[in-house]
Amino acid sequence: MAVKIPRVYPQEQDPKVRSTNFEEVCYGFTSEEAILEASRCLDCKNPRCVQACPVNVQIPAFIRELKKGDVEAAAAVIARDSALPAICGRVCPQETQCEGSCVLGIKGEAVSIGKLERYTADTMRAMGKKVKVEVQPSNGHKVAVIGSGPAGLACAGELATRGYTVKIFEALHTAGGVLSYGIPEFRLPKEKVVVAEIQNVKDLGVEIETNVIVGRTVTIDSLMEEDGYEAVFVGSGAGLPNFMGIEGENLNGVVSANEFLTRANLMHAYQSDADTPIYVGHRVVVVGGGNVAMDAARTAKRLGADVTVVYRRTEKELPARVEEVHHAMEEGINFSFLTNPTAIHGDEKGFVTSITCVKMELGEPDEGGRRRPMVIEGSQHDIDADVVIMSLGTSPNPLIKMTTPGLETGRRGTLTATADGATTREGVFAGGDAVTGAATVILAMGAGRRAAAAIDAYIQEKNK
Amino acid sequence: MYKISEHKLLAPCIYGMKVYAPRVARAAQPGQFVIVRVGENGERIPLTICDYDREAGTITLVVQIIGASSRKICALKDGDSFTDFVGPLGHPSEFIYESEEKLRSTSRLFVAGGVGAAPVYPQVKWLQERGIQTDVIIGGKTKDYILLASEMRKLGARVHIATDDGSEGFNGLVTGLLEKLVEEGHHFDQVIAIGPMIMMKFVALTTKKYGIPTIASLNSLMVDGTGMCGACRVTVGGQTRFTCVDGPEFDAHQVDFDGAMRRSAMYREMEKKKDCQCMEKLSQESK
Ligand code: FES
Repeated sequence: MAVKIPRVYPQEQDPKVRSTNFEEVCYGFTSEEAILEASRCLDCKNPRCVQACPVNVQIPAFIRELKKGDVEAAAAVIARDSALPAICGRVCPQETQCEGSCVLGIKGEAVSIGKLERYTADTMRAMGKKVKVEVQPSNGHKVAVIGSGPAGLACAGELATRGYTVKIFEALHTAGGVLSYGIPEFRLPKEKVVVAEIQNVKDLGVEIETNVIVGRTVTIDSLMEEDGYEAVFVGSGAGLPNFMGIEGENLNGVVSANEFLTRANLMHAYQSDADTPIYVGHRVVVVGGGNVAMDAARTAKRLGADVTVVYRRTEKELPARVEEVHHAMEEGINFSFLTNPTAIHGDEKGFVTSITCVKMELGEPDEGGRRRPMVIEGSQHDIDADVVIMSLGTSPNPLIKMTTPGLETGRRGTLTATADGATTREGVFAGGDAVTGAATVILAMGAGRRAAAAIDAYIQEKNK
Repeated sequence: MYKISEHKLLAPCIYGMKVYAPRVARAAQPGQFVIVRVGENGERIPLTICDYDREAGTITLVVQIIGASSRKICALKDGDSFTDFVGPLGHPSEFIYESEEKLRSTSRLFVAGGVGAAPVYPQVKWLQERGIQTDVIIGGKTKDYILLASEMRKLGARVHIATDDGSEGFNGLVTGLLEKLVEEGHHFDQVIAIGPMIMMKFVALTTKKYGIPTIASLNSLMVDGTGMCGACRVTVGGQTRFTCVDGPEFDAHQVDFDGAMRRSAMYREMEKKKDCQCMEKLSQESK
């Protein structure tokens, strides 16, 4: 029997150093490391990892190529199912998807699939090589895609390979959606990774028009009736940030995580030559425990603040990826678990000075099975703070629903759609956060891809 | 795209310009605004729409220099372009959805302060073009700061001027003139106030006294302008609302203006520094 090789971990930037810069945390595999890690894959007959991948990347097949050191062939395998491997390799929650179902993980550690995917994409880019994707000849049909985030890009890319003329309409001035405004540079480099992979989608023939707000600049009706789009895919993302509704929430210094991250990422406010200001203060309290909260906390830290994350449950219940929490802790972010804010206080000019919190304990499980946090009487205490970042999820943006007759939404205001993305309006499909509420990049991509297949079927059927 | 023409000085530190943006021009309605950006490191700045020409595909803007970003915009010349120009944003003025009958039976008074005359203009134009008589108070520091008065007169609006120094029209604030008009027996069913927050606050207090329903168009801080960041939130009737998606027009008697003014000052110190740097840079460039 072969010697068991332990999982290979790539080098990371020293936490002390990286908490002062915006360079990427993880350096990624060297080629030796990648080949060694690839050799751990058992190449299962019935690969459970493929099933667990929302876009079903043929994982053992691409790793097989890596074992041979053939990065180009590996990239070609991935490209059949994903146009954004450098992105997914970095931000997917592999531990609950592919790696979470890796057989090796039962007794030991799963294959580092995400890092291998990233290695493949990064190496291709470093070599200046691109996978040649087979694109069907034009079939003369036009499809509009709303939003250039993960759902929109995946849908557009897939439709383009099927021969459609696809145009993406993006509301902001930069393409990428959450990849550009939300996820920070140190986790997902913009120029090197996001811009490059969006270019790959454009290379398939997809056109992206920025500065178009569907529902205001144009409407779904005008796109379909006047501009000749036969189908529309709505991948408009999550929407408006939630606030707690506590006293003092509109004081200066209280911002949503979306605002804080948008200023830093999209508007480059972390660079001194940017025109957009960002208010960081000295003591930042981040409220919430998801990936977005971690991103905001780590961004604030890099901008020089002392940062504390307050979360009303325990570390075990944190919805953020383990890796992100681990990185945040390494970087010196403080965590205050079982803590919930009840009021924010400010000075006479309206700037935040402190935040009042209560301690919580976990009570009986609620309908969802999660233990409900309950306030401990008399546990009220004040924390000094000059910035409070609220990271409490989002509520759907009503704009597209408001301006599109026949488009229905569910109880929580998200668009109603089937598993294939068909909405209540003929010819209009939807996917990603606009349908599910805030979720992950890869789930949005999966939804975009499925919708592309459904749009293809719909248009073929209609034109029979 | 987004090319500038007819860039001109309208009043001290206030410039007007046309911008080629056919999609925006085609969709724009009274009450809406745009977001613009100059340069790759530029800030997203919300600006009110002063006029639109669907045929020519242009939007008219009026911009006052109040900081680095507006200074950059005003330093642009004919033939230059905005890096980004997106809109129209926000809800159109509510009256555009009203029935002909309702429109005719409502007497409206617009109160415009300073560059607030710019967003008032398309509203007055929309109404006057449909034969609906409007009254407009335009206020400014001195007569040099009174914008668009003759243009609105040309549309047939009854224009009343107020200047702080009495150099033209009523000597005093717009609220004083508003009181005067009401005391003289003018009847208004609705007041629409657009201008600096502080002016809108006092217009709201004045009209409350007379029981006249009033709308204010808020110029909150914004980043995306599409309902994604929450920077533009204001308290209206005790509830948090987002100016860019729920507004910009709100019931002025419900708006927490003090809170809104405080929020507007959030980045003021940083803005000042940026503006000084910007002035230095512009003066170097012009050398
Ligand atoms: S400006 Fe971001 S939500 Fe209104």
